[in-house]
Amino acid sequence: MYNASDLRKGLKVQIDNEPYVITEFQFSKPGKGQSLYRCKLKNMITGVIIDRTYRSGDTFQTANLEERRMQYLYSQENEVCFMDVENYEQTFLTTEQAGESNNFLTDNLEVKILLFEGKAIDIILPNFVGLTVTKADPWAKGDSVTGDTKPVTIETGYVLRVPPFVEEGSRITIDTRTGEYVTRVKE
Amino acid sequence: MSPGSKNKSFPDEQRRLSGRRQHLLLRARMVQAIRLFFVNRGYLEVETPQLIPSPVPETHIDAICAGDLYLQTSPEICMKRLLSAGYPKMFQISKCFRRGERGTLHLPEFTLLEWYQTGTDYNGLMKECERLFIWVSRSLEMGENIRYRDMDIILKPPWERITVSDAFARYTSFTLEKAVEKGCFDDVMVGDIEPHLGINRPTFLYDYPASLAALARLKPENPEFAERFEIYIGGLELANGFSELTDPEEQRARFERDQHQRQNSGRQVYPMPERFLNSLEHMPETAGIALGVDRLAMIFTNSSRIDYVVSFTPEES
Repeated sequence: MYNASDLRKGLKVQIDNEPYVITEFQFSKPGKGQSLYRCKLKNMITGVIIDRTYRSGDTFQTANLEERRMQYLYSQENEVCFMDVENYEQTFLTTEQAGESNNFLTDNLEVKILLFEGKAIDIILPNFVGLTVTKADPWAKGDSVTGDTKPVTIETGYVLRVPPFVEEGSRITIDTRTGEYVTRVKE
Repeated sequence: MSPGSKNKSFPDEQRRLSGRRQHLLLRARMVQAIRLFFVNRGYLEVETPQLIPSPVPETHIDAICAGDLYLQTSPEICMKRLLSAGYPKMFQISKCFRRGERGTLHLPEFTLLEWYQTGTDYNGLMKECERLFIWVSRSLEMGENIRYRDMDIILKPPWERITVSDAFARYTSFTLEKAVEKGCFDDVMVGDIEPHLGINRPTFLYDYPASLAALARLKPENPEFAERFEIYIGGLELANGFSELTDPEEQRARFERDQHQRQNSGRQVYPMPERFLNSLEHMPETAGIALGVDRLAMIFTNSSRIDYVVSFTPEES
């Protein structure tokens, strides 16, 4: 159970039997008035964002969430399959639920799967993943319009901008939070 | 090596604190300018205890317990006892503590500038505020126009003056009476009114409903309103001032009302500040104000968060 004064960005609470994460939080207290806890909450299943204002005395249920370590196995049609590394059970998420995580899933990648009341609802990727560049155009020197980067395609089909020295077949590290290039991995 | 570990040799705290240097230097100069303003104008600088037996029993302000005593939520009560004893003009810059107040504009431990002047009312006090801000801005070599969060703010008096009632009429679809009756005064104030206040020049929002004034005098000609005002710059609330209530009976009745409200909402009820109430009958006509020093520093350093004008937030201390 949480109180209004526990509310903060990132806190997960249960409202109407669904898990929500606070994505924006503003504590307000006008003049000598009462404390207002203004929140934007994202439904962790549907992604729908709602605005709510709470007051001192309001209470919240904790969301029954669990994280389990799982390995990415394969994607098919509209679903993505993971295997629990402890009990080898398989779990499925829809491609839509996987969202941008699809860009960084490679065979056997270990991730955390977020479960709400036992049902998989989200993927928590490692912050940094290594991926192979499958398509890169040679660097055309003097092409200053695009600055000092060029677009490449990685094994998952994701396209991002990298420094010119990155070639086809290079392994690179990507920050999964931003989707941006971090460094080239020396083999 | 993970990409984030590059700066391990230079700890986050050192980087954070050295990044804050300009703000802390300006804040220090600002506090010096404030002191000089009041000393030059004949105010006495005083220090009153931060540990007190009975904080002001305001409905929505919670004190922090410290053993058998409380940390002050404002220096108001002790300073008024000095006023009653014949000290006519005084100021204090002190730490105040309010439980549970933490946000982009709030710290549970913050610095308050509080000053009082006898023989004047809230109108005289508003003029003193205008003079103080101009003085501080000039002392910081920032002239009369400052920039705050993409707004050009002209500090030169007179500032905008708008009553609470007019602000409701101008910026909302509610009337003030309806908002008070429905209990959504604070919501409307935060959501619909505050963002419009102090946009090109500072705003005095004044004449609050009588029910929203714990220690302010009611308007003699219209006792539905209290002679209370707040200062806003760029939507940021900076200060709360008023003509002081000097009637001990009326004051006791309001404290009892506030204690009741605290009890009904399950909050701790503080002992009645008897010594203050006993001194009140000797207090002359006075106007007084509390101004958030951290927030003033936000204005002059053009900061969007209160965190940026202190060396250590509660999470960092």
